[in-house]
Amino acid sequence: MRHLLAIADLERADIERILERAEGFAEVGRRDIKKVPTLRGRTIVNLFYESSTRTSSSFELAAKRLSADVVSVKAAGSSVDKGESLKDTITTLSAYGPEAIVIRSPDAGAADLVAGWTEAAVVNAGDGKHEHPSQALLDLYTLIRRLGSLEGKRIWIVGDVLHSRVARSNALAFGMMGAEVTVCGPPTLIPRAIDEALGCAVSHDLGGLGEADVVYALRMQRERMRESFIPSIREYVAGYQIDARRLGPRQLLMHPGPLNRGVEIAPEVIDGPNSLIAEQVESGLVVRMAILYELLANARPRPGGGRAADSEDVPAPTPIKEPA
Amino acid sequence: MSGVLRPISSLDWRASGGEPAGDLVIRRAAVLDPRARLEGTYDVVVRGGKIAELAEPGSAEPGDGELIEAEGRAVFPAFFDPHVHLRTPGDEDEEEVETGTRAAASGGFCGVLAMANTSPPVDSAADVRSLCEQASEQAFVPTGFLACVTRGMAGEELTEMAELRDAGAVGFSDDGLPISNARLMRRALQYQHLVGAQLALHEEDHDLSRPAGAHQPHLGGVMHEGVVSAALGLAGIPSVAESTMIARDAALAAYEDARVHVQHLSARESVEAVAVAKEAGVRLTCEATPHHLTLTDEKVRSLDSRFKMNPPLRGADDRQALIEGIRSGVIDCVATDHAPHSLVEKEVPFEQAAMGVTGLETAFAALHTELVVPGVLELAVLVERMGGGAEPFGFEPPSLAIGSDASLVLFDPDAQWEPGAEGWESRSSNSCFAGVPMRGRVLMTVVAGRVVYRQRSFAMGVA
Repeated sequence: MRHLLAIADLERADIERILERAEGFAEVGRRDIKKVPTLRGRTIVNLFYESSTRTSSSFELAAKRLSADVVSVKAAGSSVDKGESLKDTITTLSAYGPEAIVIRSPDAGAADLVAGWTEAAVVNAGDGKHEHPSQALLDLYTLIRRLGSLEGKRIWIVGDVLHSRVARSNALAFGMMGAEVTVCGPPTLIPRAIDEALGCAVSHDLGGLGEADVVYALRMQRERMRESFIPSIREYVAGYQIDARRLGPRQLLMHPGPLNRGVEIAPEVIDGPNSLIAEQVESGLVVRMAILYELLANARPRPGGGRAADSEDVPAPTPIKEPA
Repeated sequence: MSGVLRPISSLDWRASGGEPAGDLVIRRAAVLDPRARLEGTYDVVVRGGKIAELAEPGSAEPGDGELIEAEGRAVFPAFFDPHVHLRTPGDEDEEEVETGTRAAASGGFCGVLAMANTSPPVDSAADVRSLCEQASEQAFVPTGFLACVTRGMAGEELTEMAELRDAGAVGFSDDGLPISNARLMRRALQYQHLVGAQLALHEEDHDLSRPAGAHQPHLGGVMHEGVVSAALGLAGIPSVAESTMIARDAALAAYEDARVHVQHLSARESVEAVAVAKEAGVRLTCEATPHHLTLTDEKVRSLDSRFKMNPPLRGADDRQALIEGIRSGVIDCVATDHAPHSLVEKEVPFEQAAMGVTGLETAFAALHTELVVPGVLELAVLVERMGGGAEPFGFEPPSLAIGSDASLVLFDPDAQWEPGAEGWESRSSNSCFAGVPMRGRVLMTVVAGRVVYRQRSFAMGVA
């Protein structure tokens, strides 16, 4: 794999390899010194054009645990504020010769563009409403750890599917691993032709939720009301909130965060025994370590200038000790 | 109201009022002009800027004029494009009258009509006069200018259409924006009885195409609403955003006994709305672009901003309906909607990118390659539609009939080339056909007897 841009680009074998690797890194997290030298001397740039807590912090920590040098750039307060174009920003950052650029952008396809402008491996950390592949991979990791396999499992993704990159990446990823996916939400928030686009079923009410092995709730933003996608949060809550009444005792609950307590999800189920929400965050770290490993450990390090090295003089990467 | 048709060459261009053109003989050309019912191999004899004779192959002598041997090559009436953006005034870094009309000449066009959505928009008589003057100095082909329907294209008040017409405006359009207000649209149609000029309409209901609402226009739809937009998470522009406006304006035109020209049809529903209106006798004409006739929204999966335009590329079924419309005549003509943009506006993520693609240099070649070569569309039908945009705006369609203005295209149906490989005539390069292998190429364009374009390798061949 050269870049991680979208789940739609991956094969099942790619996913399985990353998840297996993440399993190995989980052991590192239980050591006293939670660090391996795998990416020592490599540079990783985190470029975040949107606010983010868990994604940016877990990519940063993942890089540090692999001993990479990390530069984190946030759009606010950077030259982006001064009107610098994405292309110029990438050109500038590429001059440091990073081996990877992790980018979060409000625009679909931003990571694809960046991949065309730099020699670095590019990781899409969320592009507009398009995809959020690392989220889908960490959700797969979390679920497979709990369930063993997703083969034949029924997963309902509930909420604002229209505006959700998580819904798109996850529906594709869950489907690829053998699950049957249903997306559910008010008709105004389910894109036309989504069933054909993602290979999932569509429901406009929670009537059939009982069949689900996993319920994945999406964030519901209050501004959707102003845009007349929903008449009121109150009506949304009445129809779609996941609460203790709707969530059965053997059904698992997931959410990508950040939570709107009392909107898409009721407080009593967030910390309940079926909730995987805290585990999702934990998984984020090891899965992102596995992603960086996948893209960088097998590629050669590149000296400054951002150009690929052909020369044999380049020092070989630190031998990788199998972490598991 | 259409009145008498005027020759395209009466529009402003570099040859306006100049010396008469030299004579020209094109020998053994495969002549095709469906409108004049001409098909066969002839020597085309051009004298005094007119088609003087279609002689037995090999019989005509050039005298003092130029002789071109054209065996295996075709001669068609030159094309007319009722919809281009020359970006002047205001965005001369993207296109000028000179570069845009040079692109037109290289694509085989003998005339273009430029839209009024410049910066500032063309809404005063002085603007129109200044543009006509520029055309008379710079334009490689006859160029007409439309003026805005509404002042500043703000959609609130009518422009002074009678004065604008007198200053030289050949029609009116707020292209780029719809005339959302039905009352204002109705007033424009009523006023057409005084002014006479055509109203060219960009049909789009912003309430449908900007899903987040008018208070957030930047969150508007950026591509066709369908499977691909669902997969990419991009805001969609539904087909009905176009077709419902066409239905509205057809009804208003019928009620006011006015005539309208619907621009860039993109959807099956739109073709159907036009067919219904024409069937009912509404005086309505319409156009489709080469990109909508050859490409679909599948291209957008690449998130390449060269495939972003308004109206957007739609589904395979929509494309099929457009082809059927071209074939049946429900769609009157091909128009390029040539929309140059600078790299700054295109080398950005898809949602931020400007809408529009260039088209003049590739229009006929793309349609020939994608529709005629595979046998989807008859060459004769395509040739006729390439000139079909003249009459709706009051111009004589280009013709090879004896006595007509000698405005013609010499075309090599077997030439293979890649657009952009040798650069562009246009100042901009945002073509959705860049690098796409083409079959068939315009070798020479003649307007009223004057050679306005010669393809370089061909020119060397005859030198």
